[in-house]
This record gives sequence, C-alpha cells and structure tokens, in this order.
Amino acid sequence: MPHDHHDHDHDHPHALLPPDPALRVKALESLLTQKGLIDPAALDAIIDTYENKIGPKNGAHVVARAWADPDFKHALLEDATAVVADLGFYGRQGEHIVVVENTPDVHNMIVCTLCSCYPWPLLGIPPAWYKSDAYRARAVREPRQVLAEFGLHLPEKTRVRVWDSTAEIRYLVLPMRPAGTDGLGLQALTDLVTRDSMVGTGLPLSPA
Amino acid sequence: MSRIHDMGGRLGYGPVQPTLDAAVFAQDWHARALAVTLAAGALGQWNLDMMRHARECLWPGDYMRFGYYEKWLAALADMLVAQGLVSTQELRTGQAQGPSPLAARRLSAAAVGPALARGAPTQRHTTGPSPWPVGARVRTLLPARNMRVAGGHTRLPAYLAGKPGRVLMQHGSHILPDSHAHGLGEAPEPLYTVVFDAAEVWGQPERAGDEITADVWHSYLAPE
Repeated sequence: MPHDHHDHDHDHPHALLPPDPALRVKALESLLTQKGLIDPAALDAIIDTYENKIGPKNGAHVVARAWADPDFKHALLEDATAVVADLGFYGRQGEHIVVVENTPDVHNMIVCTLCSCYPWPLLGIPPAWYKSDAYRARAVREPRQVLAEFGLHLPEKTRVRVWDSTAEIRYLVLPMRPAGTDGLGLQALTDLVTRDSMVGTGLPLSPA
Repeated sequence: MSRIHDMGGRLGYGPVQPTLDAAVFAQDWHARALAVTLAAGALGQWNLDMMRHARECLWPGDYMRFGYYEKWLAALADMLVAQGLVSTQELRTGQAQGPSPLAARRLSAAAVGPALARGAPTQRHTTGPSPWPVGARVRTLLPARNMRVAGGHTRLPAYLAGKPGRVLMQHGSHILPDSHAHGLGEAPEPLYTVVFDAAEVWGQPERAGDEITADVWHSYLAPE
C-alpha cells in the first residue's frame, strides 16, 4: 500500500524508503553494505542462528530436565540465569532469566504489552501471535478468554498470574509434568514440551 | 500520557490467532529485517532503550498499520539518520555518498556468534537506595511518565499507573530506560517484580484472585 501523505512524513526519514517492506529492507541492506556498515555474510550468520541453532528445543530441554531431576528444578527456580547459562542458553534477550512454575493452584502466562520481549536463547524468535496487538492488549485484561482461544480452559480453582515483561527480565513457564510420564526418559519428555506451554498459552503434550 | 505502543488492556481487538509452528520467519524479508537491525546495532551507536523509543515514536498511524518488522525497519531508518550514519539523500536515492567512518566497527560473520552469546546484561552493581524487601506494599506512579524527559521513554505501562501492589522479587539494580533511552547515562536503580491484584487494575477481573506482575524500577514506586 502506498504511504499516505501526512505532515509526519516530513519528520520521519523512513518515509523516504520504498513503501513495499521487502524492497525497503533490500534498499537499507544495500545502502548500509555500500557504506561498509554491515556485512551480508554477518546477516546470513544471524539468520542461521535463529533459524537453525536457537529455538524452543532449548527451552524444552530445560523443562524436561526440571521434570526429571528435582535438584536441577530447585536450582532452576532459584537462579535460572546461572543454570541455563551452564547449558549454553545465555545471550541476547536472555541475559536475566526467571522460570515460573505452574501448579494446580496457579497458571503462569507471559506477555510483553509494551513491545514483544521474549526469552530468545530459550525459545527463539517469538511467533506472530505473541507480537500481535490483540495478544499484547488482551493478555493482561482477559487472560482466560485469550487462553480459551488457544484451546486452553483452566479450572476455576486455578489462579492466573500474567507476567508483563516490562524490563530485561525474561520469563519461561515451567509447565506441570503430564500424567502418565513416569517411565519416560529425558528425550521422550523433551518431545512433550511445546513452545506454547513455555509461554503459558498451552499445555505439554500427553504421551501417546 | 502514553504512546501508541502502550497496549496493555486496550479494548476493541478481536481474537488472538494462534499459529502452528511454521517457519521461524514467515517471509524472507522478515529475517533480513531482523538481521540488518541487529548488525547495525552492533556498530554501538545506540542502545536497546534508544531503539525501543525510536519504534515508540513512530507516527501512531504507521505504528498500527505496520507489522512487527516494518516497525523495526522504520525505526532503524529513522535512527540511522538521527545518529548521522546515513543522510536523507542516501536514504532517498539508495546510493551511498561515500564509505562510513564507522566501517571499522562493522560486525563480521565470525563475530556474530560471540556477539549474540554475549548479549547486553543490564544488571549493575551499585549502592542505590535501599531496596524494599519482598512482601513490601508499594504503589506505582500516577501518571506513568518519564520524570527526566518530558514525553520520554518509560517502561511503566499506563494500565498499571497508580496501582497498589506487592514486591514479589528483587532483581538487584538495572539500567534505567528512562535515562538510557535519552543518552543520559545508565542511572541504574533497584528493579523489582511487583504483583498486582487484577481487581485493583481492572475494577472487575475475569476471576477474583487473578494477578498481573510487572518489572518495575525503584523510582516508579512509592511505599503504600
């Protein structure tokens, strides 16, 4: 869609770029490369990191370990930053991590109403719904209705605690271990942990 | 008092549309937009708080119309010009008028892994005002505002302004965005997670006893 012509255009340099976002990023990348400010090979490395190396499997590993090992879980709830750093899950947008535990009494759910803060080293780049206006606006006011839209209907006795990520603390939900998983090994447990269960908008899978 | 980005509790939105785990980046240009922004940020000419403020200062019509990565791109272009890294003429023509004196700081492919792994921790070891203990009763500022820069960046959401809460966690001292976003120094302060009763925040909660927490700097709070 062409950019509308408002007075604000004169104050905002971005309006000088092509309106189509794909062309816009191409123009910026080309200009910054010409000026020697960015290296396209570095861009490829950044994209490779978040497409292939860092994602929800990191968080799933942490959750499964916590289910399997009470000492690990205790340490994780005490000082998650140190524990996940030991596993190599430290870095940009995950410099200060807090893990919050779901119980039959309380269900935790994570949002960032001001932007879209998310624990990148544990979960990767946030999904579109997490960044949507609807989620940012509604998660704090009507969390139960939002959870219902994810197919998650909480018992009335369970309290909801919504964590608005307004600083550089990044939150990970430790979901409850599903029933019927007593004999499962670490990898089998890891496979049950969904991304949404670690944001609090879903539950882990049940064993087949 | 707040800007368009301050969305918590705003009415009128439709359902959230959960998506299945598809590609990390729905479009190739999304990936490119993220990478250009991170690589440009690695030049060290601005901090994350400044970039957040640049996104928040988009014209509200643009902010609402733009998708996530369009906001990033627009704020990056504005920041590049504001910091003098590119000229409006270069932006208009897409042609560089010469190499940048900052080219020596360019992020190399080999440096990407270490830079992302290093992050940018915001905790600082300082001797500030005595932190309130866990359990302390506090109340947030009303209205939510930057007390150093009129209309400036702040991280107290409007929906939590003037609300009573209880200190749930202490996080030590962290860089204060209200200062850092405006080049006024890190000004670290104690940071707390404060828990609020949803009934105090909304008048009528979805269910009595539900709660909201936020991470709140010392100067956003007064003892209750």
